[in-house]
Amino acid sequence: MSEAQAERMTGAEIILRALVDQGVEDIFGYPGGAVIPIYDELYQQNKIRHYLVRHEQGATHAAEGYARSTGKPGVVLVTSGPGATNAVTGLTDALLDSIPMVCFTGQVPTTLIGNDAFQECDTVGITRPCTKHNYLVKHVDDLARTIHEAFYVATHGRPGPVVIDVPKDVQFGTGEYVGPENIEHKTYKPQVEGDMVAIEAAVELMAKAKKPIFYTGGGVINSGPEASAALRELVELTDFPITSTLMGLGAYPAQGKNWLGMLGMHGTYEANLAMYDCDVMICIGARFDDRITGRLDAFSPGSKKIHVDIDPSSINKIVAVDIPIVGDCNNVLNAMIAEWKKRKYKADQQALANWKAQIDVWRARDCLAYKPNNDVIMPQYALQRLYELTKDRDTYITTEVGQHQMWAAQFYKFDKPNRLMTSGGLGTMGYGLPAAMGVQVAHPDALVIDIAGDASVMMTIQEMAMSIQHKLPVKIFILNNMYMGMVRQWQQLLHDNRLSETYHDGMPDFVSLAEAFGAVGMRCSDPGELDDAIIKMIETDAPVIFDCRVVNVENCFPMIPSGEPHNKMLLGDEVTDENIGSAIDEEGKVLV
Amino acid sequence: MTSQQPASAYFIAENEEKSERHTLSVVVDNEPGVLARVIGLFSGRGYNIEQLTVSETMQARHISRITIVTSGTAMVVGQIKAQLERLIPVHSVLDLTVEGDAIERELALVKVAGKGENRVEALRMADAFRARVVDASNNSFVFELTGKTRKVDQFVALMKPLGLIEVVRTGIAAISRGPEAMRV
Ligand SMILES: Cc1ncc(C[n+]2csc(CCOP(=O)(O)OP(=O)(O)O)c2C)c(N)n1
Repeated sequence: MSEAQAERMTGAEIILRALVDQGVEDIFGYPGGAVIPIYDELYQQNKIRHYLVRHEQGATHAAEGYARSTGKPGVVLVTSGPGATNAVTGLTDALLDSIPMVCFTGQVPTTLIGNDAFQECDTVGITRPCTKHNYLVKHVDDLARTIHEAFYVATHGRPGPVVIDVPKDVQFGTGEYVGPENIEHKTYKPQVEGDMVAIEAAVELMAKAKKPIFYTGGGVINSGPEASAALRELVELTDFPITSTLMGLGAYPAQGKNWLGMLGMHGTYEANLAMYDCDVMICIGARFDDRITGRLDAFSPGSKKIHVDIDPSSINKIVAVDIPIVGDCNNVLNAMIAEWKKRKYKADQQALANWKAQIDVWRARDCLAYKPNNDVIMPQYALQRLYELTKDRDTYITTEVGQHQMWAAQFYKFDKPNRLMTSGGLGTMGYGLPAAMGVQVAHPDALVIDIAGDASVMMTIQEMAMSIQHKLPVKIFILNNMYMGMVRQWQQLLHDNRLSETYHDGMPDFVSLAEAFGAVGMRCSDPGELDDAIIKMIETDAPVIFDCRVVNVENCFPMIPSGEPHNKMLLGDEVTDENIGSAIDEEGKVLV
Repeated sequence: MTSQQPASAYFIAENEEKSERHTLSVVVDNEPGVLARVIGLFSGRGYNIEQLTVSETMQARHISRITIVTSGTAMVVGQIKAQLERLIPVHSVLDLTVEGDAIERELALVKVAGKGENRVEALRMADAFRARVVDASNNSFVFELTGKTRKVDQFVALMKPLGLIEVVRTGIAAISRGPEAMRV
């Protein structure tokens, strides 16, 4: 082709064309007055599939599920005013969990902006603190470049959500289209290669370690499957133990021999004690969140800390580290591997053996043990069975927020990255159901299960209609305990068991509810029938709501109580009905 | 299992580290909303802004310079710098206090009213501080004064008993010494 003739087209056409050129195939949205021109273009093409949600929050979570399970950005299209404000929860969720997303919002015509026009809101003002970046496009000639730049920003460096606010007259106007070639931001150029001097120092420190531990997070997953492969290689090379945050599960396989389980507030005894006692901590793509560190001034007091992160602002934000390395996890991990091999390093075998022996002592404490029950289903048992019956399939798991989420992290063994979609940073109830729809869109033949709580699932239950309309056979597996279990647990531990507003009177009949949507409803309350019921759910080629009736007042342990360091965990078998009210001290109760 | 340890999972450390004052120079794209991003960052994350000055400094490239005087512990000031650099339209951030010995100036307009002794004394002081008279009436002056923040503070304090009516200050403009320019 000769000199590219600048093509002219309408703003709405530019949007569709830019999406195609960005490789977008699926978008999630909900129409309205301020985006009708874009919907009109959608109607007249067949390259991009649109999935109609039933609430804009659902669109954002679906896009998150899509993004997190594929590594590609999720794309959302909503109208002005209430469409935009409804998207705010999902944008904030994506910001906190570093999920790449591009969200188009309609806006009133430029001439009306600032007049309190019908369905006008200050979208860029409202979304400024909950996006990585946002744009208001006032001229149609800026539209194409802005869209390409938005995709660049959303997917480079630490990923995140970007909003593009497009007034209606800009959608109607005619302007020039430019392609995505060579579009990057003029100043936003994140550092992806780690500093070699720091990497050499880090690897040397690792080689001398006597009680080392890898502490990894969602950054490894965001860095792509190659980063997980590199992490596995580095763990294999060094033979160091490894733990991970909720967001990082699957980067190292839960079946791997160096795996300690998740760390943090509901992490395992062995992971938390190893974090407390280690002498060298290698943090990769995690951010020392307060659910991880517990009491800060007693966080891993004796260790030297290495921190790898693509976002310089994550470094020394909460915990001062000895060797900071700014860079993409994949690059840095590979550089560490190369350095380890080049220097022919070998860990101190005797020290490592002693360290592992100590860890085995902690592991023998069997911190996830629970009292089995033949009459009622224990939630932990339900998840163990779910895992056993789905592990050999191509399975993706999403969760809502609460006890069930923590039990899923403890009992479902993730062996691959991108297989767990959960709201970690924001803790958004209602995330899992629409996220599962997004995952199913990206992986039509996979088994997609939302491990849900009875309270959370009600927050976005309307998206069942989307699963019917678009034939997305997701499985909503509700661990129904009749309570907002996690809040009830805190009330029991911290507020003398005054269960203020955490019991669900007026619980719907989930089986009839599923049927009302046109989905399949199932219920099970007998441990003896659970396996058959789960198998039936898996084999149903339609959306299923599975009402799994579990014991009502089980607590999620281990737990690092408020204000405590890692070595002061509450374990399930230490807490009895008698002492549970005093398990956490007075000062800790105040400060949650 | 009760514990002696206070505090919380949202652990708020007693901060014994002392707070330092820093002057940051921030190069940004002069685009709509950029100041809101910077200010929103400070209010959203609970950082202090003591002074803030903005102006376009490279018109052809639509680049502005924001000078911010802030305070915090060394770790917080490091965070502020990193968080500012994370904003997409921010090109670069220079901590002039760390660079050392930067030149800082602000301009103040100071209105003083009075008669007799006070009026004469105000004029005498203004002269000593090299303030210029930019407006005068029978019973008032407006002085224009440039200098370091401390000098302006001193002048204002001296004017108080002499009939100080109001003060307007620009906040500081700051620049490093020597031949080098800041990276844009
Ligand atoms: C949108 C939102 N509102 C409130 C909360 C606070 N919250 C956290 S967990 C929880 C209870 C969740 O109950 P359920 O979904 O039944 O799960 P369970 O803990 O019983 O497993 C609540 C209310 C939240 N995380 N998100």
